Amino acid sequence: MSQTTAHRIDQDAKRFRQIVQGHVRQNLRKYVSNGELIGRQGKDLVSIPIPQIDLPRLRFGGKQAGGVGQGDGDVGTPLGPGDQDGSQGAGDQPGAHILEVEMSLEELAEILGEELALPRIEPKGKKNVEGGKVRYTGIRRVGPESLRSFRRTYRAALKRQMSAGLYNPDRPVVIPIRDDVRYRSWNVYPQPQNSAVIFYMMDVSGSMTRQKKELVRLTAFWIDTWLRHNYKSLTVRYIVHDAAAKEVDQHTFYHLRESGGTKISSAYHLCSRLIAEEYDPAEWNMYAFHFSDGENFGGQDDKLCAELLEERLLPVMNLFGYGQVPGGYGRMFMETITQIEDEKLVGVKISDRDAIFDAIKEFLGKGL
Amino acid sequence: MLITGELAALQKEIEKIARDYGLTFPEVRYEMVDYKTVNLLAAYDGFPIRYPHWRFGMEYERLSKSYAYGLHRIYEMVINTEPIYAYLLQSNLMVDQKLVMAHVCGHADFFANNLWFAHTNRKMLDEVANHAARIRNYMDRFGQETVENFLDACLSLDNLIDIHAPGVQRRAIVVKEDETPQIVKKMKAKDYMDSYINPPEFLAEQQRRLTAEREQMKKFPAESERDVLLFLQEYAPLENWQRDVLGIVREEAYYFAPQRQTKIMNEGWAVFWHTRLMTNHLLQSSELIDYAEHHSGTVAAHPGRLNPYRLGYELFLDIEDRWNRGAFGPEYDNCTDRVARSQWDKKLGQGMEKVFSVRRIYNDVGFIDAFLTEEFARKHKLFVFEYNEHINEYEISSRDFQAVKQKLLFQLTNFGQPIVDVVDANYENRGELYLRHHYEGIDLDRPYLEATLINLYTIWNRPVHLETVLEDKGMVVFRYGPEGGSVQAAQVMDGRALLERLGQLVKYA
Repeated sequence: MSQTTAHRIDQDAKRFRQIVQGHVRQNLRKYVSNGELIGRQGKDLVSIPIPQIDLPRLRFGGKQAGGVGQGDGDVGTPLGPGDQDGSQGAGDQPGAHILEVEMSLEELAEILGEELALPRIEPKGKKNVEGGKVRYTGIRRVGPESLRSFRRTYRAALKRQMSAGLYNPDRPVVIPIRDDVRYRSWNVYPQPQNSAVIFYMMDVSGSMTRQKKELVRLTAFWIDTWLRHNYKSLTVRYIVHDAAAKEVDQHTFYHLRESGGTKISSAYHLCSRLIAEEYDPAEWNMYAFHFSDGENFGGQDDKLCAELLEERLLPVMNLFGYGQVPGGYGRMFMETITQIEDEKLVGVKISDRDAIFDAIKEFLGKGL
Repeated sequence: MLITGELAALQKEIEKIARDYGLTFPEVRYEMVDYKTVNLLAAYDGFPIRYPHWRFGMEYERLSKSYAYGLHRIYEMVINTEPIYAYLLQSNLMVDQKLVMAHVCGHADFFANNLWFAHTNRKMLDEVANHAARIRNYMDRFGQETVENFLDACLSLDNLIDIHAPGVQRRAIVVKEDETPQIVKKMKAKDYMDSYINPPEFLAEQQRRLTAEREQMKKFPAESERDVLLFLQEYAPLENWQRDVLGIVREEAYYFAPQRQTKIMNEGWAVFWHTRLMTNHLLQSSELIDYAEHHSGTVAAHPGRLNPYRLGYELFLDIEDRWNRGAFGPEYDNCTDRVARSQWDKKLGQGMEKVFSVRRIYNDVGFIDAFLTEEFARKHKLFVFEYNEHINEYEISSRDFQAVKQKLLFQLTNFGQPIVDVVDANYENRGELYLRHHYEGIDLDRPYLEATLINLYTIWNRPVHLETVLEDKGMVVFRYGPEGGSVQAAQVMDGRALLERLGQLVKYA
């Protein structure tokens, strides 16, 4: 019984996962913009809250219903938060919680790619060779006894005996001597791997509020998910800047609050220095995303930025994305970006959470 | 794998003792399964072969995950068939297996003797497997998605059944319209007696009744129909395979309904017997600690939740005790002296006899209604809890006995499901379906209601309506039709008008 039954439940489970995927697909825009998924992500898995996958039935609304319980406590003693559904049917079942399903980041990226119609990324010409796989395919004359190859040893012995005329087909005795012994050994197969590095740069001047950083965070999460799906290894570097730039870790990147003026060029400087020091453009696929609210200190710095972009950054980059969150005053940095003509440079305005979905499509839609 | 050796011998021993106590049940077959299989069987409601459906997969994933995290463990499962099948978990200790077998004896006896199971199909194991084969066949022919979507729609209505239908003749014998008289016949009488024998008021009254009857018959359905699934099966414009699928869903819903109607009693009865068998006969001293732990886990009271195992068990114990002491009847009821009541003992010794008859004729509603006493509620600290929106928490709202009992009975009536009837299948003479929810003070869950209505529409294929009451709006009719979009709600009567009408009804009733 259990073989076929086990097979059947697997089919049902598979079907259920398909439905979950379909649900995520349908509601992707919502998941992208409300950021529920971030913070639910483990190493390879992300846990997705799915509220609707249930068979709808006519049933009582939970909150009015209440129920009967058992235990100590006076009238008015609280029993627990009410934001989950009350239990029904003599309270013998725990309340129906929102279902949480686990999905691999890989699967999620797949869905993102399909829904946004993102093209596969063509890695840059040269491959970054990173180690290789070891496989036991070779033969050597020396080695440990545990790797001795019986067949090859006797073949060598047979060869030697035949060439020396010692082999008698009527009495087929093959006796290996020391020299005949062969050992299996390994060969290294180099494995080309595409490596990529992302530089996230963010303006942390006084005008960048928490809400604006949240927009950046959400956008970065989805960019990460997609690029990770395309590259075997992905390095992420974080740069924050106000009037001066510095490199920070992920936590600081999203939580740091500075104040003061804004010089975007400082970040571009730092970025190009990091590239020069650590990343050979021939071996690395490089991405940079810069987020700011568009305020920059004076036209002078804008000009400097444009120079840096055109001369130092864009030539080595796969893609340079500029995301402008709302709220700045005066001349917007976006104007500088749009003046530069280069298909590797993408500027997008991210006005609110709902715009993230389209921003990601803009950024990654070229498949660079 | 059927059990052999020591366990088989144990089964014999346990069943012998159980039968000596007066439990009666058919053959029980135990299967030894590993935890994976037990989760799988639990996802399939105990039946090894079910039709393909994602909800089983969802349940299986949930069970597997919660088993992996150590949140639950299924000790025992038993299905109501003949012979009865029960599953033992391989990794359990011997003492657990004993406990489970003793527990299963209780369930087996309950299935065999409780009247609410009198109409249950005991060949359900085969029946369910047949259902699976038929649905698989339809999926091959019409496509998995098509069949699955229809199945989803049916399942979302599977609580709209008439739980008493298997035992009652609901439908009147059909009389053809033209066979019913149209004019009231007068009794034969001489002219001068006529006004005495056939008083005109009486004739007029009879005529009115007759006309009303004929009007009633023009309606369709003539009387409101609570078995919504049956109604749809008979009258919805369906393909043959769809009609069959709907019938399958309905049949399985009726199979599981009595189990839901007797949850408290059934579990209580099983605990009642495993306790007795274990402590009086089977338990060895070395097993005592494990037994105590598992037994107390089964009957543990969780704050804010009612454990049906515990409630049922304690109630059976209470009944046994009261009937042993003779603590019932008018004399006892009229006694107001608490001390005298608690020491009441007429040495009647009818306890055992009583619990056996209770397990035969009651379901949960009657059980609670008849045997939940004020003393019991106080002793076991029962309370009512309600949702307090100011603090977004549930809190204890009352310890009043009547309130507790009422709440409990309400939750058990129609096994905790809203009562909904088909009132009119030709609403406004347009072939639209009109359902009415019997409002009892609790609103229906609105998103679920709307989704269910959409599913109903996919079966009926004409606009569907559901009349219900919303606390803040009064009587409301929800409608969904072919124009798609969202479900529309129209307020028919605001809260005050509704209350007035209800008040009038009460006044004239």
